[in-house]
Amino acid sequence: MKETKITVKNLNLFYGEKQALADISIDIYSQRVTAFIGPSGCGKSTFLRVINRMNDLIDDVRITGKIQIDGIDIYDKNLDVVNLRKRIGMVFQKSNLFPKTIYENLIFGPRINGIKDRKVLDEIAEKTLIQAALWEEVKDRLDDPALSLSGGQQQRLCIARALAVEPQIILMDEPASALDPISTAKIEELIDELKKNYTIVIVTHNMQQAARVSDYTAFFYLGRLIEYDKTSRIFTNPSNRQTEDYVTGRFG
Amino acid sequence: MDKEINIGDTISKGDVPNDITMNSSPFSKKIKQSTRIKESLIKYFFAINGTAALIFIILIFIFLFKEGFRAFEHIQLVDFIYHNRLAEDGTSSKVFEWFPTSDEARYSLIPLILGTLLTAIPATILSTILGVGAGIYLAEIANPKAKEILKPIVELFAGIPTVVLGFLMLVVGASFFNDLLNPTNRLNAFIAALGLSFVVIPIIASLTEDALHSIPNDLRMASYGIGATKWQTISKVILPAATSGISASILLGFGRAIGETMIVLMAAGNAANITSNIFQSVRTMTATIAAEMGEVSQGSDHYFALFFIGIVLFTITFFLNLIAEVIINKMRKKNTF
Ligand SMILES: Nc1ncnc2c1ncn2[C@@H]1O[C@H](COP(=O)(O)OP(=O)(O)OP(=O)(O)O)[C@@H](O)[C@H]1O
Ligand SMILES: [Mg+2]
Repeated sequence: MKETKITVKNLNLFYGEKQALADISIDIYSQRVTAFIGPSGCGKSTFLRVINRMNDLIDDVRITGKIQIDGIDIYDKNLDVVNLRKRIGMVFQKSNLFPKTIYENLIFGPRINGIKDRKVLDEIAEKTLIQAALWEEVKDRLDDPALSLSGGQQQRLCIARALAVEPQIILMDEPASALDPISTAKIEELIDELKKNYTIVIVTHNMQQAARVSDYTAFFYLGRLIEYDKTSRIFTNPSNRQTEDYVTGRFG
Repeated sequence: MDKEINIGDTISKGDVPNDITMNSSPFSKKIKQSTRIKESLIKYFFAINGTAALIFIILIFIFLFKEGFRAFEHIQLVDFIYHNRLAEDGTSSKVFEWFPTSDEARYSLIPLILGTLLTAIPATILSTILGVGAGIYLAEIANPKAKEILKPIVELFAGIPTVVLGFLMLVVGASFFNDLLNPTNRLNAFIAALGLSFVVIPIIASLTEDALHSIPNDLRMASYGIGATKWQTISKVILPAATSGISASILLGFGRAIGETMIVLMAAGNAANITSNIFQSVRTMTATIAAEMGEVSQGSDHYFALFFIGIVLFTITFFLNLIAEVIINKMRKKNTF
């Protein structure tokens, strides 16, 4: 049975006067991977940032519509944004580890949540590294600078760092676009593993990747949601002409 | 465009839309002769300027060291530390005094160095607290409107002539604190340090702001994305990443405080006391040179001794600036991935 995790109704988003998202309505399901695809500038990242309210950090952003997670309006005036972000992990296109050690990166989240006990922190570090399939590679060098890892390892550490605060949703914005095929494959395996416990939304420009990792795919174009369906359907038998052109690479 | 243009083709004005002229086309290989001459003239103009500046610096350097080291014709290095005073009964004692005009001339730099430190260190501490705070506020907290107003104000402070600051401290500041704190001397190291802060705070504030701006925005996003608050982001991510830049700003501010002349000359009281009491008059190295150079007879021991003070000052500030520069360069390299 699929459960709805995130419900969006009639979402509009403006950067100043410019509208970046128009009338978007979508249900995103729990324990599924949802891929956002679409040409550059169509608003995929913007929409991702709506979900964890990172757009709040940008001046002059106006949002209308309704966005609920587990039935709770996340744009409610009384909602604690910091708490919301703790429940939603985010992984960016470029690895953005802190210039600290591997260990310190991992425990950054737990520590700001007030966990001080070294033993508990150690356990979290180990657990999340195992989850992110990175434990074997870094267990002997936890105190090395995080930036000394390879690009693919850094990106998996970013995922581990996001997992350390035990989020329910993980947002990934082109997490593998800067990686080699092997590292990409590792990330995709990881996503497959994580979806058992998390709701995952991934933005990607790689059609094969979307087809491989996702259960649902949403195609965006010029700030609108053009088509949203099971991934298998989007890639074999889309109902919209633009979607078909895009996924088959015929898009101008 | 319906007409194909190949790279390197000469494009006649008629083919080119709007304001793209031949010279500004990045692909045009042919450059007008006059442009080439103009370019090379400009290049030489700046090359000459650059070299001239360098030559002047070297000349100043040579002059300073040549004059300064002539002090050793009659004065020994230890004389710059203490003077051996012989008493009538044959015993001797060490005297740490700057008194070059006396018959028994004393050249100890100790009171002057202490005076410099007693004004520069408190000024730097105060300026670090306020300057770093202001830098953090400008870079991380202030909204664009507040920033638009505050930044020019901070910069304005840096532009106030130091003689005005010195005068203000001498007249207004000294009286105010005389009533408030009842200091040992009306003009003292504390008053001078306050005056110096007006100069040092803008330096530390703007360099701190630069250091914080050079931290990639990705790190802020990472921190907020994990659920950190603004304050946690600043204190646990941004400041640690900017430590080297902020330290450099403090060093540069300290260098400025040591080298500043007018404020300390006017506000520090100018008595070459050996003291750790911040409320007593002191005299700095810079003030000594400024006050005595005009009256000293050229070529005397006193004259050369003043140049030697110049060497000491130059060396201190040179190394402070050098260290700061190295730190800043390292920081730049680290932050460009
Ligand atoms: N901070 C911002 N301020 C103003 N406009 C913005 C901002 N961020 C994005 N935009 C605009 O919003 C639109 C959508 O941008 P967004 O980054 O969401 O696209 P995207 O689909 O993620 O593109 P890409 O695939 O290239 O990452 C673009 O037109 C972009 O210029
Ligand atoms: Mg994007």
